[in-house]
Amino acid sequence: MFYRLSGVRHADYVSDSRIYKVPTDRNLAVFFLIIGLAAPFIIPSLYLNSYMLPWLIWTAAALGLNLVTGWAGQLHLGYAAVMAVGAYSAIHAARFGVPWEFALIIGGLASSVIGSLFAFAALRVKGLYLAITTLAMQFVMDWVLSHSPTISGGSHASLQSPTLTLLGQEITSDRAYYYVAFGWCVLVTIFMLNLKRTGLGRALVAVREKDYAAAILGVNSFYYKILAFATSSFIAGISGAILVATFFFLAAPEQFSVNVSIQVLAMVIVGGLSSIIGSYFGVALILLVPGVVNTVVASVSQWLGMQVNVETLAHIPNAVYGALIVVVLLIEPLGLGKLYGNVRDYLMVWPFDQLRK
Amino acid sequence: MDWIFLAELAINGALTGLLYSLFAIGLVLIYKASSVPNLAQGGLTMLGAYVVLALSRDAGMPLGLAIPLAVVIMFGLGFGIERVALRRLAGRPIIMILMMTLGLDIFLRGTTLAIWGGTSRSIELGVSYEPLFMGDILISRIHLVGATVAIVLLAAFMVFFRTRIGIKLRAIADDYMASWSVGISVERGVGLSWALASVVAVAAGIIWGEIQGVDQGLSLLLLKGLTVAILGGLDSILGAVVAGIILGIVENVGADFLDPLVGGGSRELIVAAVLILTVMIRPHGLFGRHDIERV
Repeated sequence: MFYRLSGVRHADYVSDSRIYKVPTDRNLAVFFLIIGLAAPFIIPSLYLNSYMLPWLIWTAAALGLNLVTGWAGQLHLGYAAVMAVGAYSAIHAARFGVPWEFALIIGGLASSVIGSLFAFAALRVKGLYLAITTLAMQFVMDWVLSHSPTISGGSHASLQSPTLTLLGQEITSDRAYYYVAFGWCVLVTIFMLNLKRTGLGRALVAVREKDYAAAILGVNSFYYKILAFATSSFIAGISGAILVATFFFLAAPEQFSVNVSIQVLAMVIVGGLSSIIGSYFGVALILLVPGVVNTVVASVSQWLGMQVNVETLAHIPNAVYGALIVVVLLIEPLGLGKLYGNVRDYLMVWPFDQLRK
Repeated sequence: MDWIFLAELAINGALTGLLYSLFAIGLVLIYKASSVPNLAQGGLTMLGAYVVLALSRDAGMPLGLAIPLAVVIMFGLGFGIERVALRRLAGRPIIMILMMTLGLDIFLRGTTLAIWGGTSRSIELGVSYEPLFMGDILISRIHLVGATVAIVLLAAFMVFFRTRIGIKLRAIADDYMASWSVGISVERGVGLSWALASVVAVAAGIIWGEIQGVDQGLSLLLLKGLTVAILGGLDSILGAVVAGIILGIVENVGADFLDPLVGGGSRELIVAAVLILTVMIRPHGLFGRHDIERV
C-alpha cells in the first residue's frame, strides 16, 4: 500500500548494502528529519523543551546502550554512572575555561576510559553475573560521586553548568537548546544506522551470538567487547553532558543514580534490542507516558469530584512505568521495534499476501 | 583495638547478616527452581510488610491473625506473578527475564506506595528495644529474633527439600527437560518456588520493617540480598546463610575501620566491593554449582 513493493529483492550488492532498502523507509526518515528541523516553529516552546528535548537526548543515550546491549549482547546496568562521568568531566572542563566543543569531547573520552573498566567485568563473566557486576559498579560510582566534594561540589550539592557555547554562538534560547539536542541525536542515529553495514557491527553481532564461536571465526571478542563498551560510553558521556548543559543546567549525583540506569535499560528493552526506531519508541513510552497518565488520572479524578491522595498521585507514574515494562515484555519480548517491524512487513506485501491464503 | 568492642561488632554484624540471608533465601529459592534472578524480591518484601500492616493496623486484626493471613495472600500472589508474568518468558534470553523482574519490582513498589503512602510506619511486633547484655556485649533483641527466624527458615527448607515436593523442586532445578519427561509438573514447581519466596518476603518484610520502619527503604535491601545470594552461590540455601554471616561481619567491622577514613557511609561501598570481588574471583559463589558452558 504505502510501500508499493512486494518484498525486498536485491539484484546487486550495492542495493543490498544500502541503509534503506525500501524507498518508502528512506522517505519516511527524510520526512521525520524535516519535521524535526521544523519542530521549533510548529510545537509550542513549553512542549519543545519539556518533552521533545529530553526525548531526543535520552534517545541518543539509549542508542548508545543499545550498541553494547543490543548489538554486542553485553548486559549493562551501570550506564547512568558512565553518563555521569561524561557530564561531570565536561562541566568541569568547561568551568575550567576549555571551549565547550572540546569539553564535550573530553567528557566523552573520560566516559570511554571509565566505561572500559566495565568491559573488564564483561571479559570474565556474562549474562546475569555481568548485569549484577555492572550494577555493583554503578553503586561504587554513585558513592564516589556523592563522597568526593571536588567532583560533585559536596554531598547534596550541585554543580552549575556554564553557558553552552558552540562554534562561537552562545546557546541560550529554547530553540537553540533544541537544535543542539536534535543535532546530537541525528548524529548518533546516523552512526548507528551505518553500524550494521560495517565490519565493526558484524563483529559485534558475532560476539553477541556466541563469543567462543566468534573467536573461532577469527573475531577477537576481547577487543570487540572493550570497543563496544568504549564506543557506547563515549556516546553516553556526551549525551550526559548535553543533558546537563541543555536540560538540567545543574549536575547532581541523583540525576545519574541506579534508577536512571534501570530506566535507560528499560527504554532499550521496551524499544527492542538492536532496533534503532525501537529506541525512539521505547524512550517515548518510558519517559513520557507515566507523566501523561498521571495528568489524566489527576484531571479525571477532579472531573469526577473524587479526592485523590497527593501521595497516591506522586507514586502513580512509577506504578505505570513498571506496568509498561511488564506489559510490553508480555506482548512482545522483542519490544516495540519488533511490533513496528511486524506492521511494516505486513503492509509491505499487503494486497498480495492475501492471494496465497 | 578493643577486643570486646570488636567482638560486639562481629556478633551484631553476624546477626544483621543473618537478616540479609532471610532476604536472600527468597532469591535463592526462585533461582534454584527456574534459574531466574528475582530482582523483584525487594518489591515483594516491601509489599509483604505493607500487607501485614494493612491487616493489623487498618483492619484491626491481632498480629497473630494478620501474619498468617498475609502469608496466605502473598503465597497466592507469588503463584500469580509466576503464572502471569514469568511463565510466558520461559526460555527467553536472560536480559528479558531480568528486565521483567525489574519491571515487576518497579510496579510493586509504585503500586504499594500509591495505595498505602510512603510515610514510614512501624509494625510494633512487641519486641523490646532494650539491648540484651551478654557479658559486656550489647545485642539488639530484634536482630536476635530475626536471626532466629532466618535459622528456623533454613532448617525448615532443609527439611522441605527432603520431602516429596521438595525433591521434585530439586529435580526441576537440576534439569528442566528431564523432570518434564518423568512427569513432574515443572510449571507448578516453579510457581511453588515463587510462592515460597513471597512467603519468605513476608518474614523478611516484618523483621526489617520492625528494624528500620516500613517504607520504601525496604526495597533497597536488594543489593545486599543479591550480594549474599551470589557470595553463597545462587542455588544454595545453606550458602545464603553462611554468606549472610560473612557479609554481615565484614560489613560491620570493615565499616568501623573505613568510616573514619572516608567520612562515613562506607557500608554500601563494602557490599559493592564484596559483590564485584565475588563475581570476578568465584562467580559460582562459595557453595554454588559450577556450570560449564559449551559452544
